[in-house]
Amino acid sequence: MLTTKLCGIRLENPAILASGILGVTASSLINAANNGAGAVTTKSISLEERKGHNNPVIVTFEAGMINAVGLSSPGIENGIEEVKEFKRRSKTPIIASIFASKTLDFGEAAKRISESKPDLIEVNISCPNVEAEFGKPFAADAKVAASVAEIVKNNTKTPVFVKLSPNVSNIKEIAKAVEEAGADGITAVNTAGPGMVIDIKAAKPILHNKMGGVSGNALRPIAVRCVYDIYETVKIPIIGTGGIMNGRDAIEMLMAGATAVGMGSAVYYRGIDVFKKVCSEIEEFMKENGYSNLKEITGRAHK
Amino acid sequence: MKLEQPIVLPIKKIVNEVSKIKTFIFDHKLDSKPGQFINLWIPGFDEKPFSISYQDDKRFAVTVACIGPFTDKICGLKEGDLVGIRGPYGNPFNLKGKNIVLVGGGCGCGPLAFLADEALKNKINVNFVIGARTKDALLFLERMKKSNIKTFVTTDDGSFGVKGFATDLLKDFLEKNHIAAVYSCGPEKMMKKVAEMCKDKKIYCELSLERYMKCGFGICGQCCMDDSGFRVCTDGPIIKGEEALNMKEFGNYRRDASGKKVKL
Repeated sequence: MLTTKLCGIRLENPAILASGILGVTASSLINAANNGAGAVTTKSISLEERKGHNNPVIVTFEAGMINAVGLSSPGIENGIEEVKEFKRRSKTPIIASIFASKTLDFGEAAKRISESKPDLIEVNISCPNVEAEFGKPFAADAKVAASVAEIVKNNTKTPVFVKLSPNVSNIKEIAKAVEEAGADGITAVNTAGPGMVIDIKAAKPILHNKMGGVSGNALRPIAVRCVYDIYETVKIPIIGTGGIMNGRDAIEMLMAGATAVGMGSAVYYRGIDVFKKVCSEIEEFMKENGYSNLKEITGRAHK
Repeated sequence: MKLEQPIVLPIKKIVNEVSKIKTFIFDHKLDSKPGQFINLWIPGFDEKPFSISYQDDKRFAVTVACIGPFTDKICGLKEGDLVGIRGPYGNPFNLKGKNIVLVGGGCGCGPLAFLADEALKNKINVNFVIGARTKDALLFLERMKKSNIKTFVTTDDGSFGVKGFATDLLKDFLEKNHIAAVYSCGPEKMMKKVAEMCKDKKIYCELSLERYMKCGFGICGQCCMDDSGFRVCTDGPIIKGEEALNMKEFGNYRRDASGKKVKL
């Protein structure tokens, strides 16, 4: 009842572990898969090793989370090893997330990570937390986003999803551009903002990076609107990500146009077995409302 | 609603324990259990996890060895300076039986001293084996003496107590004294030895793991152990000895801030 397909890859269910959560090691990703994730996504991997920002890198606020991990990465060799290790030990599909600071490096990262045979590659062009080093995110300009999609496609045979930012004035334009450049799917969306939380006693921003991306409940209505917009514009599948906590939220995202949903912050609010919980809640809703498969739900809000 | 944000507090008191080890006391009711930790934030600098080394109804303390850039920064702070704390995080030690041994190495004596206080309240007989490289690094001898907790000391160089390792003394305890459980915190190679000795003698054992942490509440994935994906921050830091011995990572390597493996 819950099975779905992304570019020919079969998922037992649509609840995907989003990038950046629990995704540092193969063992941790397997833990998420064993707790019911239909697919898992690695934390974004770069060619070079990076330490990321000092702590604190993640805190919560009343309506969600704010993070600026700063794209820490063990480097491509270690990343390849972790993906291979996952493939040895689990049958759950794995999405390898990659990022780079230069367009050419996206191609090289895609080429290298393909050696580890991930089921999908997700291209992170939308991290909002490293502006000092990376300039404006690649996701802010349709032409730049398309050029990244194109170079990644030219360097791998693995299906490519491009992860978009909600922090743009016209997400339809960006989605169209990456589709035309050959992307096989879109992940929407990365965190919003950046935002800031200040401790008033210390009189200092709490995150070491001062600002960070907003996720969780505060992001959800924005993410749903983005997915709705993108679904109207492109034919390629969408992984809808942003503030999904329960089955109801997942159904909402599917109705906006997603084929599968990514979950991250929810692991904090409901535990690592949130994937199992959300799946049983989706199934319950489907039974109560006469749906027999997810295809009947995807994009339903457009009809 | 609980928020994962620091509570900013002034440092009430700083105690110089021994060379390069200081205890920072805060006037704040923490409600933690022995083995749990807090994330200590120096505003605008960095934040790291520390075990709680003392707690009563009004106060708590952390004990810090000044051995790196962050701990050096902490040790440069003065009474009245403001720091942030998040937590308490993680799972505590579980007391079992009426006769126990604590095995502490260096700063690992912090959470064990708190555990010793708790055990005493529960009328449990505590044998505290304190190991250190030299006499200068021995922690909490006076504090444990005041509480009437039996302490046994080893130093690597023999400058105080028995010359040798804490695990040498543990061997005697496990053979002679009907020990119900062993609790250990300190260098991982030492804890591995402790876990193996307890496994041989079929004695219940718990350890306190240490890994690089970012969030502290179970989602960043930085502190996960191979092969199970055990999250040290939320599934630990306290773990049963036998469970730790089943992890290929335990006693062998850890991961740094980038996620890369580093040999222990």
